[in-house]
Formats: sequence, structure tokens, C-alpha cells
Amino acid sequence: MSPVFKLLAQRIALSLLLLLLISVVIFAGTMVLPGDVAQSILGQSATPEALANLRAELGVNDPPVQRYFAWLFGAIQGDLGTALTSGQDISEALASRFWNTLFLAFWAAVVAVPLAIFLGLLAVRFKDRWPDKLISGVTLASISIPEFLIGYVLMYLIAVKLRWFPSVAMINDNMSLFEKLNAIALPIAVLTLVVLAHMMRMTRAAILNVMQSAYIETAELKGLNAFQVIYRHAFPNAVAPIVNVVMLNLAYLVVGVVVIEVVFVYPGMGQYLVDHVSKRDVPVVQACGLIFAAVYIGLNMIADIVAILSNPRLRHPK
Amino acid sequence: MKNIPVSALIGLFFTALYFLGAIFAPLLAPYGVGEVVGDVWEPASAEFLLGTDNIGRDLLTRMIYGGQTTIFIATAATVLSFTTGSILGFIAAEAGGWLDQAMSRFVDLIMSIPTLIFALVVLSVMPVTIPTLIVVMGLLDSTRVYRLARAVAVDIEVMDYVEAARLRGEKTTWIIFREILPNALSPLVAEMGLRFIFAVLFVSTLSFLGLGVQPPAADWGGIVKENKDGIVYGIPAALIPAFAIATLAISVNLVADWVLNRTTSLKGGRG
Repeated sequence: MSPVFKLLAQRIALSLLLLLLISVVIFAGTMVLPGDVAQSILGQSATPEALANLRAELGVNDPPVQRYFAWLFGAIQGDLGTALTSGQDISEALASRFWNTLFLAFWAAVVAVPLAIFLGLLAVRFKDRWPDKLISGVTLASISIPEFLIGYVLMYLIAVKLRWFPSVAMINDNMSLFEKLNAIALPIAVLTLVVLAHMMRMTRAAILNVMQSAYIETAELKGLNAFQVIYRHAFPNAVAPIVNVVMLNLAYLVVGVVVIEVVFVYPGMGQYLVDHVSKRDVPVVQACGLIFAAVYIGLNMIADIVAILSNPRLRHPK
Repeated sequence: MKNIPVSALIGLFFTALYFLGAIFAPLLAPYGVGEVVGDVWEPASAEFLLGTDNIGRDLLTRMIYGGQTTIFIATAATVLSFTTGSILGFIAAEAGGWLDQAMSRFVDLIMSIPTLIFALVVLSVMPVTIPTLIVVMGLLDSTRVYRLARAVAVDIEVMDYVEAARLRGEKTTWIIFREILPNALSPLVAEMGLRFIFAVLFVSTLSFLGLGVQPPAADWGGIVKENKDGIVYGIPAALIPAFAIATLAISVNLVADWVLNRTTSLKGGRG
């Protein structure tokens, strides 16, 4: 087996192990913590009989290890249990919401990634001049502003005052792609703004780092033109850090989506999670937490794999 | 003090303003925190400087008390995360071996779950009170402080003066608090500003989602939540607390940037 495959297999196995451990943490976090789950679902005024019934239904009386494995094997087979508050099958309820969330995150990424790389290159090209300074300033501002502020400012200005796009992002299966995109234009804009500055800044750092290497100077000195220097020497070495930046930000996007979905009343997984946290619907929270964590770990894993494939030095561990 | 750049001065001014506002909230606020004094969403007037909120309470009063809650929770969570994070980080660096490995791998595990998702999972079974919020936020954030503190302490730990202290027979507590801590302080202090901002944004986000500070207590994220329905009718009340969060975060950031630049230039490192 070639060393690359071995490395990749190791990385994938590590991610799976991580996911397994996270399922333990999520399960332990909701089941072993102090506080009676049944009590918090039913409230202080619950009768002892109702509490006992709910505990039996939740399986709280079984040993935790047994409950964990029952939950885990169910989750692997796609059975996430039923929601306590509505009695609905969680996998069924989550399926369409999961695609809605991916749909939103996907289009945000389609807009944000090329834009961020382009602006990052621009910042490198005009290093220490006003475009670069402007980009630094915007970055500082954007890490300081809560996502919901960007959301509401855009909603106030664009949806309410200018009436260009709807203020609420409702989508359903009967809408055409164009109608859907029109409906989610504002959430896409907000998510783009949220990740753009960070992604831009990190792209700038990655390319600057490569451009300062000795081999770039050598390439310039041996008379290659600027295009060839970037295409033959800088780009292959900057791919890994840039892909890393992109993946980290996509992972961030998956989390940022939670708040944005609530702001724009978008029927996605984030809103479903938040709704059920306030209703203290533990099985739903566990399922959503696991899926969010899996997506997050998956994206980080892809970032590492691309880094391994694109960087010969990483293929040969010391 | 002459060499403070303008940006840091602006940052210091606003940070001080918000903190003073939080400390002297009962003296500054023109009305009571839950007092209904006017109509729903009245525009700004001489009587109500920022207008009124969704059930007719004075928005300026809510903002001042809200700032008190938000800043208190964020400060407490930051202090908690710094104490636990840095002490555990120093212990890991000093002890090394399996203890270091166990703690570091555990922190890696916790950090591989997005913080907001983890907090939501935990808050779904815990009663949502201010102490719970502080503990959950502080402990989740201490993972980041732990990494920084450990990384800094590993470098300090191999210094000659630490070796000297060890040779003269000092105990681990002495080495951690008298040798490592003073030398690790400047990067930690610079990090503190960033962690504080993160805590402000985090508690505001939780409150905005309805899972943070519970009504009738006021806090900035909660005020956004209460007034968000007005946005659709063109009433900008929800933007005011959001704006306060942003300005507080930016000013603390400006101060933190300045501290970071100062401490790194002192050492001649990372410009």
C-alpha cells in the first residue's frame, strides 16, 4: 500500500474515532449531568406518576451504558428515535431540514469562497496600501459584530426599506430554484459577510507566506514573468493553506447557520435544534448535535486530506 | 502614556464608558428595569431618549441594565475560563507525561465540537440560570485558554531560571505561580480581551436564541430578541442593543490589539 493511502486511511480512521468519542460526550452531556431530565421536561408542577412514566419512556432507569449503545446503533442505522414533544420520527423530520441547511450553506459558500480568494489576492497585490488597510479594518469589525446584527441590519435596510428581497426566507419543495434563491438571498448575503473577512484575511496570510519564500525569489531572478511565478511556483504551494482556510470557514458556516436560520425563520436544522433546546426535547438535541458535529469533523477531515494530497512533504511522515 | 495610538484611546474610552455604565446602572437609569412607562415602540423623544420597547418599557433603561447583565456574565465567564484554563495549562506543561497527554487530548476532543452546538446540547438539560450560563461558557472557553497557556508554559518551563528554582527544591505550586505565571502573563492578558469579546458575543447569541438570560431580566441579546418583530414594520429598536454589542466588542478589540502589539514589540518577537 502506498504511503499516501496509509496516511489517508489513518486520517479517516482518526475522524471516525473522534466522532465516536463525540457521540459519547454528547450522550454523557445530556444524560449524566446533574438535573432530572424528566423534571425539566415536565416542569416543577409535575406529578410523581407523570415523572415516573416519562422516566420509563425515556429509559432513564436502564443503565447508561446500555442506553448509549442502543442510541448509537440506532443512530448508525438512521433511526434517531422519536421527538418527545411531538412524537414525530426525528430522522424523518430532520431529512428535509438537513437538505435545506446544506442548500443555504452551499450557496453561501458558492458566493463567499471565490470572492474571499479574489479579495485576498487583491490584498496581497496592494499590500500595505489602502485596499489592504481597508480589508484589515473590515476584518476587525466583522469579528466584533454578532451575526444577528448583520442579519437584522440587512433585513431592515434591504427587505423593509428597499423591498428588494423578502425579509423571511420561507422555502418549500414547490418553488423553482430561482424562487428559492430569491427567498434565501438575504441569509446568503449575511453568511457571506460573516465568513468573508476571516477567509480573506487567512488567504492573504497564506499567499504572503508563500510569496516570501526563497524559491519565489529564485523564480523571479531566473526571469519568469509574474504569471508563471504565481502559476508554477506560488499556486501549488498555496493550495493547501487556502483549502484549509476554506474548509475551516465552511465548518464555521455550518454553525453560523444556526443563528441565521432563526433570524430569517428558515426551515433548516439550526432552527429545529434551537426550538427543541427550549422545549428540552433531549433526543432531538442529541440527534442535531451529533449531525452538526459530524459535518464539522467531516469538513475538517477534508481540509486535512487535501493538505496531505497537495503537499508532498506531508506524505512522508518523519 | 504618551505613546498610546488614537485607535487604542478610542477603544479605552468606549470600554471604560460601557463598564462605568454597567457599574452605576441603578444611578444612571431614568426608570425601573421592568417599569412600563409608555406606549409600545414609541419613537425617541426628550422623555424616552431611545424610545420604548415592545411592551412600552424605556429602552435606554433596558439598555443600561442589559449592559450590566451582559458585561457581568461575560466578565465572570472570562475570569473563570482564565483561571481554570491557565492553571490547568501550566500544570499540564509542568507535569508532562500521561497527565499532559490525557488533558490535551480531552481538550482536543471538546474543541472538535462547535462551541455553540455543545452549549446548546448542555443547556437543553440544565436549568438556564445566570450561574449555569457563566459556568458553561467559562468552561467551554477555558479549552482555548488551556491551549495557549500550555503552549506558552512549555517554552518557559525549559528556561534556566525554572531549572534553577527546581534545583533549589521549590515545589510545583511555587514554580507555577512564581516562575511560570509572571512570565506567561503578557500573552495571556492580550488573549483575555479576545476571550471577553467572544463571551459577550456568545452570551448575546444565546440570549437572542432565547436560551440565555431569561426575562424579565434585561440583557443585550435578549433585548434584540424582544424587539425583533418590530424590524418588519420598520422599527429599528432591535438594532440599538446589537449596535451596543458591536461597539463594545470593537473597542475591546482595539485595546487588545494595542496590548498585543506592545507586548510583542517588547520581546522583539512576532511584530
